[in-house]
Amino acid sequence: MRHIISLLMENESGALSRVAGLFSARGYNIESLTVAPTEDATLSRMTIVTRGSDDVIEQITKQLNKLIDIVKVQDLTDGSHIERELMLVKVRAVGDQREEMKRMADIFRGRILDVSDKTYTIEVTGPGSKLDAFLDALDPAVILETVRTGASGIGRGDRIMKI
Amino acid sequence: MADKELTGAEIVVSCLRDEGVKHIFGYPGGAVLNIYDEIYKQNDFKHILVRHEQAAVHAADAYARATGEVGVAIVTSGPGATNAVTGIATAYMDSIPMVVITGQVPTAAIGQDAFQEVDTVGITRPCVKHNFLVKDVRELALTIKKAFYIAATGRPGPVVVDIPKDVTQHACHYDYPASVSMRSYNPTNKGHAGQIKKAAQMLLEAKRPMIYTGGGVVLGNAASQVTELVRLLGYPATSTLMGLGGYPAPDPLFLGMLGMHGTIEANMAMQHCDVLLAVGARFDDRVIGNPKHFAKEARRIIHIDVDPSSISKRVRVDVPIVGDVAQVVEEIIKQVKSGKERPDASALKAWWAQIELWRAQDCLKYDRAAPVIKPQFVIEKLYEVTGGDAYVTSDVGQHQMWAAQYYQFAKPRRWINSGGLGTMGFGLPAAMGVQMAYPDAMVACVTGEGSIQMNIQELSTCKEWNLPLKIILLNNGYLGMVRQWQEFFYEERYAESYMNSLPDFVKLAEAYGHVGITIEKPEDVEPALRDAFGKHKDKLVFLNFLTDPRENVFPMIPAGKGLSEMILV
Repeated sequence: MRHIISLLMENESGALSRVAGLFSARGYNIESLTVAPTEDATLSRMTIVTRGSDDVIEQITKQLNKLIDIVKVQDLTDGSHIERELMLVKVRAVGDQREEMKRMADIFRGRILDVSDKTYTIEVTGPGSKLDAFLDALDPAVILETVRTGASGIGRGDRIMKI
Repeated sequence: MADKELTGAEIVVSCLRDEGVKHIFGYPGGAVLNIYDEIYKQNDFKHILVRHEQAAVHAADAYARATGEVGVAIVTSGPGATNAVTGIATAYMDSIPMVVITGQVPTAAIGQDAFQEVDTVGITRPCVKHNFLVKDVRELALTIKKAFYIAATGRPGPVVVDIPKDVTQHACHYDYPASVSMRSYNPTNKGHAGQIKKAAQMLLEAKRPMIYTGGGVVLGNAASQVTELVRLLGYPATSTLMGLGGYPAPDPLFLGMLGMHGTIEANMAMQHCDVLLAVGARFDDRVIGNPKHFAKEARRIIHIDVDPSSISKRVRVDVPIVGDVAQVVEEIIKQVKSGKERPDASALKAWWAQIELWRAQDCLKYDRAAPVIKPQFVIEKLYEVTGGDAYVTSDVGQHQMWAAQYYQFAKPRRWINSGGLGTMGFGLPAAMGVQMAYPDAMVACVTGEGSIQMNIQELSTCKEWNLPLKIILLNNGYLGMVRQWQEFFYEERYAESYMNSLPDFVKLAEAYGHVGITIEKPEDVEPALRDAFGKHKDKLVFLNFLTDPRENVFPMIPAGKGLSEMILV
């Protein structure tokens, strides 16, 4: 099962490598990982997307909690939550394609951030499945480059992770 | 009045003093010279100079195991730190509280591939409870305080503090914090009351109960509570390799060690019980063998451990209790005592009758009439001669298992071995650490001719400090445990397990200024041991017992098999 694990950790040098090292040492998989400081500069928030059986996920959360730099761990998948990912796609856009690309970006509520005489760079935000759908909708031949951030997640409503 | 500022090196030494450290084990080098200069100037603690950094860490580790205090080691950067890694990993696997101070190249040189530079924090990360790189002298005292706090609390473990050389030169105001609190680290000590109630109830309902104790009972100072609970209920008890001494071995309720080389009665009772209480133990592969085989028999499991991640890791449990094992067991005792319910006497009687049948197979028997020295006999005699009151350290292999099986540990912290990592070369430096802590105690290092050669240089340290420990070398000419596996599982192809041209250990001991004795006949075993602990009480005695080269450790559960699939003699 796919799980989104969210955590708050001390914004110390090396904290990221402790998390990454834990996953590789214990053979857990990381599908994506995002991290950045929070509004409190002493804390970083990390979102990890991983897969595993219930037993494995239980161990992952316990092992994460055990890391000294980690303040809080929450499996967002345990309750309702929102997840978003940002993708930048550079596509070939020449001749008739330019109009077609613009329409496609509109349908997916993407924004064109950069234009050259042969390319568009489009920003799309949403759950991973929406980004996948956007890429699927494009002719693979026009995709020149993609960058994805990996998912960030947050609980819905009153579900708040803070210290 | 403005406070005098201290240099980083002075701060390190002041912190150790204020932490109440009495002994540190180490080896100097460029990056720690400032610290050593301050060590030279002080008299608050003793520094024991070893002959290899690995030994410093093992000695500090064993010091911690024997005393319950945090062990302290100090090494230089680069090779000093990498040599220490095996010792750190050993302590990590066995959850030993330890602080290791490593020197580092100056902050400006970090990342420049400087002389004796290594990424110590990176290298040690997977084998420490936590580690720190101190980049600012103003953080030094608080970091050292945190290191001791983290090492000793919760599930204990080693903490590395990496200090660049320039940080030891810079100065600042020194104030050692009396306590420390960390928002990211709050170990749970008090067990959940509802779970404790449930556990007591489940224990009383048992028809075929079993109590399984691990290293956590020793480390968590819970031996007296566990002993009280076992006796209160009259239930059978077993210990892991790491837990030996947590329950007095000579007691009839004790079924001996369990696991790969455990007794029939302990392994069978573990497999066939209906309620299992696990205390400070982690169901590891050397203990329960194949978890699928273990799960074949239905049983309810109560698991007490200070580390939540130890619970339901290899085996699903029914009543998990996270907390300090001594506190939790104490609470269970209170619950049992306050209720009216008592164990089911007739079911218990039938269960004990079954256990006695297993016990009657006498799985630890061996040929006592043999004309050669049997290694088991040496350990039995060691037990007799020391009155069961010695601190016994060991290395890793057959001799370790025989020491565990035949020396009946009655007290915690007396049996000191590398259980988790299985580090050959641990025994001698460990014995040094114990003897430094307890100068008047009997300390025996049970070892093999393979293991002893992995840190034999420490005989020199022993001479410098006149450590009167006794080396009990069970010399069978083979890497015995390797040879045993090759005999059983590799059709007797003894690949590289025979050591040709061993040194003359008597001369070797004498070369280092100690007493060496070779014992070749069974009838000479006891007199030699009596001499070692009597006539040569104040000297290090190296006893080279030439033992039966073909003896094996029984019972044995082959790797990947289940508890009831033992190979017997």
